[in-house]
Amino acid sequence: MNGHDFELAGARLCALPSGALWWREQALLCVSDLHLGKSGRVARRGGTALPPYDTRDTLSRLAADIARTEATVVVCLGDSFDDLDAAADLPADERLAITQLQAGRRWIWIEGNHDPGPFDPGGIHLAELALAPLCFRHIARPGSAGEVSGHYHPKATLRTRGGAITRPAFLADADRVVMPAYGTYTGGLRSRDPVLAALMRPDALAILTGCNTHAVPMPR
Amino acid sequence: MTLPAPFETWFAERGWTIHPHQREMLARADDPAVLLIAPTGGGKTLAGFLPTLLDLADGAHQGLHTLYISPLKALAADIGRNLRAPVAEMGLPVRIEDRTGDTPASRKRRQRADPPHILLTTPESLALMTSYEDAPRIFAGLKRVVVDEIHAIAESKRGDQLMLALSRLQALRPDLRRVGLSATVEDPRAIARLLARHPDPCAILQADPGPAPDIAMLETDLAPPWAGGGAAHAIPAVLEQVRRHCTTLIFHNTRAQAEIFFHKLWLANEDSLPIGIHHGSLDRSQRDRVEAAMVRGELRAIVCTGSLDLGIDWGDVDLVIQIGAPKNVKRLVQRIGRANHRYNAPSKALLVPANRFEVVECIAALEAVQAGALDGEPRGPGPLDVLCQHILIAACAGPFHADTLFGEVRTAGPYAGLARADFDACLEFCATGGYALRAYDRWQRLQQRPDGAWQLRDPRSAQRIRMNIGTIQDTDTLKVRLKRNRGGAPLGEVEEGFAASLTPGDTFLIGGRIVRYEGLREMTVEVSRDAARKPKIATFMGTKFATSTQLSARIEDILAQDDWPQLPAHTRDWLALQRRMSRLPRQGRLLIESFPHEGREHACFYGFAGRNAQQTLGLLLSKRMEDLNLHPLGFVATDYATLVWGLDPLHDPAPLLDPAGLRDGLEQWLAGNAVMKRTFRASATIAGLIERNSPGARKSGRQATFSSDILYDTLLKYDPHHLMLRITRDEARRGLVDFDRIEDMLTRTRGRFDLIRLDRVSPLAAPLLLEIGRVPVAGAAQERLLAEEAERLLQTAGLAALTGA
Repeated sequence: MNGHDFELAGARLCALPSGALWWREQALLCVSDLHLGKSGRVARRGGTALPPYDTRDTLSRLAADIARTEATVVVCLGDSFDDLDAAADLPADERLAITQLQAGRRWIWIEGNHDPGPFDPGGIHLAELALAPLCFRHIARPGSAGEVSGHYHPKATLRTRGGAITRPAFLADADRVVMPAYGTYTGGLRSRDPVLAALMRPDALAILTGCNTHAVPMPR
Repeated sequence: MTLPAPFETWFAERGWTIHPHQREMLARADDPAVLLIAPTGGGKTLAGFLPTLLDLADGAHQGLHTLYISPLKALAADIGRNLRAPVAEMGLPVRIEDRTGDTPASRKRRQRADPPHILLTTPESLALMTSYEDAPRIFAGLKRVVVDEIHAIAESKRGDQLMLALSRLQALRPDLRRVGLSATVEDPRAIARLLARHPDPCAILQADPGPAPDIAMLETDLAPPWAGGGAAHAIPAVLEQVRRHCTTLIFHNTRAQAEIFFHKLWLANEDSLPIGIHHGSLDRSQRDRVEAAMVRGELRAIVCTGSLDLGIDWGDVDLVIQIGAPKNVKRLVQRIGRANHRYNAPSKALLVPANRFEVVECIAALEAVQAGALDGEPRGPGPLDVLCQHILIAACAGPFHADTLFGEVRTAGPYAGLARADFDACLEFCATGGYALRAYDRWQRLQQRPDGAWQLRDPRSAQRIRMNIGTIQDTDTLKVRLKRNRGGAPLGEVEEGFAASLTPGDTFLIGGRIVRYEGLREMTVEVSRDAARKPKIATFMGTKFATSTQLSARIEDILAQDDWPQLPAHTRDWLALQRRMSRLPRQGRLLIESFPHEGREHACFYGFAGRNAQQTLGLLLSKRMEDLNLHPLGFVATDYATLVWGLDPLHDPAPLLDPAGLRDGLEQWLAGNAVMKRTFRASATIAGLIERNSPGARKSGRQATFSSDILYDTLLKYDPHHLMLRITRDEARRGLVDFDRIEDMLTRTRGRFDLIRLDRVSPLAAPLLLEIGRVPVAGAAQERLLAEEAERLLQTAGLAALTGA
């Protein structure tokens, strides 16, 4: 698989250029912060009418990753929906697209701060998932080990001789990996932010996503 | 016509007589629209206000009488001071107040309840006022509108928005009279059409333009360099001029150049002459300090940019220096007018070319000024993004019928020819987003009531719309502060992109001093003072103006001369050498030089189409060359020419310059281009698709916000015919991409080109080899750069062995 291979608590993982995490031994694909239904939520709340193609775009990228990896387990690491109403209001064709993706595989929704509690699209709903040696939860808990989390939407900036380039990025150290947001309409939090700098060990890597992955010492 | 007693006495006491144009303005007080064109210092403002003051003199009028609109907050405040003095001296019962973004909310509330007789405001504040439900009450007594410095907004979206706001006011007050005050412009009728309610007539009054300006090129001991824009060679000569004059304004075309020049000027300023710097990126308090010192006559010179272009009265400026080619004759004339505000005194100005090519441009500009030939590109019809915002503003004020609003909009000059289909597309965009996928039927922004009127679905959205009114495209900027325990002095602002490129320890220039980047804290760039003599990073970027069409044509004329007696010897010799070695460009033909240099093949296209168009031409040509296997490696563009280099020589330019092929290339290239994304962002913000400000979201920069590039990519992929993309393409063609001038060049040359094959670089092309701003040609370049840098960083950190990559 084209991506960045690394180990976490003994599990061999691959950070994919798309921002998904692939665990080959478990045939498990993990994505975080899909924020499905974001454009709808913004409009509902009296905001602007953003191009309503974000959910479709996010799901088609996810479908491509699932097809490429032939994953049998899919873990959505929280904030899968922009809020619970977005999950309830999902248009029929997008709901169908999710159902088709779920067919024939284990599908786990981890609860996030945007989507606490169960919602309609099928699959298993969990607060967190322990799958030794790893633990999947939405928000990182300082002090834990073998942890895969999302929530912060990390991004990292590299200065090259062609100028500064910023990309969504995985942050990884010996204890944890913090995943970039997978959803189309998502922004990022700089790796320099004190929250992330405090969370990650000094020798953490940032794995930039895009056409290819690029691992660098986490910019602080 | 005789003036009432208090006015006669007031003029007489000062030994003044009323100017003819002031009298004419009084005589035309009842015209529906009048445009007055007068030089600075010609009593223009008083001319605009005299009819108002006469009408208010008896104290009978209740409520708002006259709106005064200025493009600058500072100008509105300045006019307020200048107007209150005569009103107090004549004892007139007139209340004058200003209302801008800086006015406290409490006073704004009071002004809505109890408006003054004369309200001084800006286009943005006026648009905001028209969005209130009680607008009919606020403007109940309104009789006159005075638009000051109308030339300064006539060519921008601020002008379009203002004219739309006036169409609202006129609907509320059908007898409203409009007055425009303008500096000298090339086409007064175009401004008159903009000002008047369409199709009302608009009289144009021309005041005596005063004596011709005294303008020349500054003589320097050193010849200007071949390329670049710093004008460091002129520092001693400029200082000498500052010494010889009372107060000198030193204009630059970009903020970056102003900063660098000021820094160098300061290093050379052995007499410690008091010199200040003023530009739009400096903190308001810093600018206020400089302005105050200027008014008190304490400064001998100010290094500045367009931020000082407009008519605030600075008193004793007796010299204007323009550093770098003026790029545009009209702006030059208006800048020159900044010197000697006294009526009937000639303005004195010096031009300082920053490089050899600019010597020719400065001479061309001098000739144009002497001929009184101003330039201006005709502006296209009113842009639709501004119209979208206007529709949202109308909805904030209350329910409206589409037919009525359409009728109103068509009375605004820029929208006189608006097609109903375009209006409907804008309304649809405001209501539903206008997407091919109908996703927002339940959550429409505007809803149609049973009686057919449109209204906001959620009344709370009015607040969000109001917070985002305006068309000024401020790039996202971050404040710069000195690092202290409790927040140090604010210094100014830098662009977010520039801030992102900094790492701690980098030094850069701001406000004329070198500072060291310490870090980013809560959206503020923290810096400390640094004693370095040379900043590591030049400074923030800024927009560059392109040389106007007229000026470009004049430059081509000069180059076509047999000899150049009007040019300094160094430049004359240079052109003569070019004629001997190669050929000079001729009007109506496109000169192309092809030559090897340092192991690479070069091709230079002298299109004289202005910087933006030459840049676009470079992108298109290099793409075509790639397709033709000429292996281009990069290009660089100036206002006059584009130089492309690569591995193979150019023998036949015809397939490169085929207009249909260039147009196709443009369409493909535009799609993924950064210029398009920037244009999209600006237009989508004006049209209300992207909100700059939202309630309760003060702290941006968290993961809540995402890049507008994502919206652009998504639209392009799923809804390529969407209105916003159409607006973006139209804007880009006119603006940064400037394809219209490429089309114009192709029309002028009509396939007539001269390809000269040389064995070495020509004198005319040599400066381009030194230009900065080279653009590499490579699709995969970014990935390669990332890989390179990642590898280097991992090696440095000793981490390469740890990653299985």
